[in-house]
Amino acid sequence: MEVQEGHGLAAIIRRHGRRPDALLPILHEIQETHGHIPADLVAPLAVALGLSRAEVHGVVSYYSHFRQAPPGRHVVRVCCAEACQAVGAEALAEHAQRRSGDLTIEPVYCLGLCAVGPAVQVDETHLHARMTPEKLDALLARLERAS
Amino acid sequence: MTTTLYVPGDAAALALGADAVAAAIDREARRRGSEVRIVRNGSRGLFWLEPLVEVATSSGRIAYGPVAAEDVPALFAAGLIDGGDHRLRLGPIERLPYLARQRRIVTHRVGIVDPGSLGDYLAHGGGRGLEHARRLRPAEIVEAVTDSGLRGRGGAAFPAGIKWRTVLDAAATPKYVVCNADEGDSGTYSDRMLMEGDPFGLIEGMAIAGLAVGATRGYLYVRSEYPHAIARLEAAVAAAAPWLREQSVDFAIEVRKGAGSYVCGEETAMLESIEGRRGQVRAKPPLPAVAGLFGRPTVINNVITLASVPAILAEGAAGCRDHGVGRSRGTLPFQLAGNIRYGGLVEVPFGLSLRQLLDDFGGGSRSGRPLRAVQVGGPLGAYLPASQFDTALDYEAFAAIGATLGHGGIVAFDDSVDMARQARYAFAFCAAESCGKCTPCRIGSVRGVEVMDRLRAGDSSQIELLRSLCDTMRHGSLCAMGSMTPNPVLSALDHFPEDFA
Ligand SMILES: Cc1cc2nc3c(=O)[nH]c(=O)nc-3n(C[C@H](O)[C@H](O)[C@H](O)COP(=O)(O)O)c2cc1C
Ligand code: SF4
Ligand code: FES
Repeated sequence: MEVQEGHGLAAIIRRHGRRPDALLPILHEIQETHGHIPADLVAPLAVALGLSRAEVHGVVSYYSHFRQAPPGRHVVRVCCAEACQAVGAEALAEHAQRRSGDLTIEPVYCLGLCAVGPAVQVDETHLHARMTPEKLDALLARLERAS
Repeated sequence: MTTTLYVPGDAAALALGADAVAAAIDREARRRGSEVRIVRNGSRGLFWLEPLVEVATSSGRIAYGPVAAEDVPALFAAGLIDGGDHRLRLGPIERLPYLARQRRIVTHRVGIVDPGSLGDYLAHGGGRGLEHARRLRPAEIVEAVTDSGLRGRGGAAFPAGIKWRTVLDAAATPKYVVCNADEGDSGTYSDRMLMEGDPFGLIEGMAIAGLAVGATRGYLYVRSEYPHAIARLEAAVAAAAPWLREQSVDFAIEVRKGAGSYVCGEETAMLESIEGRRGQVRAKPPLPAVAGLFGRPTVINNVITLASVPAILAEGAAGCRDHGVGRSRGTLPFQLAGNIRYGGLVEVPFGLSLRQLLDDFGGGSRSGRPLRAVQVGGPLGAYLPASQFDTALDYEAFAAIGATLGHGGIVAFDDSVDMARQARYAFAFCAAESCGKCTPCRIGSVRGVEVMDRLRAGDSSQIELLRSLCDTMRHGSLCAMGSMTPNPVLSALDHFPEDFA
C-alpha cells in the first residue's frame, strides 16, 4: 500500500528509512513539523514500517514527549523534580497552573539546570533559571502578547 | 590584534542570559572598533558565577562574573580586553579556589575548549587515546580499561573492563556500542556539561570502545530534555566522521533523541527504545553484552564512563587507578544541586566526605537556613540526615549505610523540607515512570502514594503497611526503578520519623 502524501509523511519516511527502528526519529520529525502526532498518520506510518497500528499507537502514547493533540501557542515546562523542589518548584508550578490562556503549561522532570533552579523551558530551547512567581508572570505575559 | 573572549554556550549559562551577554559584547566591541573573537565554550561549572566571561590575555584567562548584558559597556570601559579591573573581575580562572581544589580529569577540557572545533580539541590533547588504541590489539585495550579500575558512572558502578571483555569474547556479529546519555536523575548534569562542553571527548571514547570490542556502529541516546546537547553532538559527530576515516577507524555514530521516559535510562529499556518500541525493561539474562541491541553483543555505558576512556589510553591506567579509595578508583564529577549556595560541578577523587562537598565547596544552603537532608544519587537514592554527612564519597561506604552514589548528583534541602512529602513524591514518580512490566513496581507505587496520603492525613497505623509495601517492591521488582524506590522512602522515614507522625 502506498504511503499517503498527506502531511509530508512520505518524505519524512524516505529520509529515515522504512525500518521499525526508525519509528522514534520519524515521530520526532512529525512532531517538529506539526507540533503533535496527528491521529490520521498512525495507520499509514504503521503500514510503511511494517508495524501494526496498535504498535505505533502504543509507542506514541507511551512516551510523554509525544503529543496526541496540538499544544497551545507556546509550551512552558516547569521543572518539578527534586533539585528544583528544594528551591520552591512546587509552589511555582501551582502558581503557573492557575493561568493558562492559550499557553500549554506542563511539568518536566529535570532539565539539567539543577544548580540554578527552579528551571523553566519554553518551546524546547529557551531556558530560564532561578525562576520566581513574579518572573514567571512577566514571562507568561510576554509569551501571551507575542504572536 | 584580535582578542578572544569566552562566553559559555552551556545550557545553564544560557538559562542565565549568556546569549544576551555574548550579543552585548559583540555590539560593544563593534562600537569601539575592538577586534574580538567570541568563543562559546562549555561551562566551568561554577554556576553562581554564570554567565562567566573569560578573556584570553598574555597572563592567562581572566574571569568576570556573573556578567549581565547591562554590565558589558562598563566592563569594556574598565579594560575588559586586557583583563582590566572591575567589580566583577574574579582574576585568573584557574586560581579560583573552587576550581583549584578539584582534580579535573574526565571534565578537564570542559569550559576550556571550543566545543564546536575539532582542531581545538586536538590542540588540547584530544585524539591521543585513540591514536594509542589503534596500535593495540582489542584485548590490550580492554586490559588497559580493566587495569584502570574504571567502574560505570551511570549508577550501577559495574567494572567497565569486564563488560567490554564479555562483548569482545562474544561470537555474534555485528556488535554495537551504545552511549547512555539519558541522564534522567534530578540533581545531575555532568553528562550534559560534557556533551555540551567537550563532545569530541565522548566520541573518541565511543570509537575506542568500538575498537576494543569489534563494533563499527555506535548509538548515542540523549534525552529529549537536552536539545542543546543534541545539537552539539550532531555537529561534532559530523565533524568527527572524516577525522575517524583518516585514521582508518571504521566507526559511525548515530545520535538518537529520547522521548521523555525516565526508565529509558535503564539499559535494556534504552535498547527497546532504539529499536523503535516502548521503553520496557527486558528480563536478564541475556545480558546486553551477550544479546543487546538487535539481539547482538552490545557495550552500553554512561557518558562519563566512555569519556573517561581516552585519558586512560593516552596517559595509562595509573592516571585513574592511582586516585580514589578502596574499590572506587579515579575521580567522579559530583554535581551540587538544589538548595545550595555554590552549586556546580566538582570533580574530585573518591574518598572526600559528603560534608566537605556540602560545606567546603557548596557553602551551605542557598536560603541561608540549615541543611536538613541531602538526596544523593537521583530519585532512587537515599535521603541522608546531617548525622551521616561525614560518610566518605565512595561506592562501598555509601552501600554500607544503605545509600548509593549513583551518578554523583547531590541535592540539598534546607529545614523547610517536609520529608513525608518527599517520600510521597518518590512513589508518585515511580508510578508515573514505571514501565509497567512487573506488578510490585506498577501497582506498588500507586499503593505507595495512597498509603502516604493516608499517613499524611494523620493515620499513623499506615507505617507498618508502608514498610511491607517497600519490602515487596524491593524484593519483587525486575529492575532498580521498583526495587530502589524504597530507598528515598525508607531513608526519609527512618531518619526523619517526626515528619511521619
Ligand atoms: C530506572 C533506571 C534509570 C537509569 N537511568 C540511567 C541514566 O539516565 N543514565 C545512565 O547512564 N544510566 C542509567 N541507568 C543505569 C543503566 O541501566 C546502566 O547501568 C548504565 O547505562 C551502564 O553504564 P555504566 O556501566 O557506564 O554506568 C538507569 C538504571 C535504571 C534502573
Ligand atoms: S521495576 Fe518498574 S520499571 Fe522496572 S521492570 Fe518492573 S515495572 Fe518496569
Ligand atoms: S531538578 Fe530541575 S533542572 Fe534538574
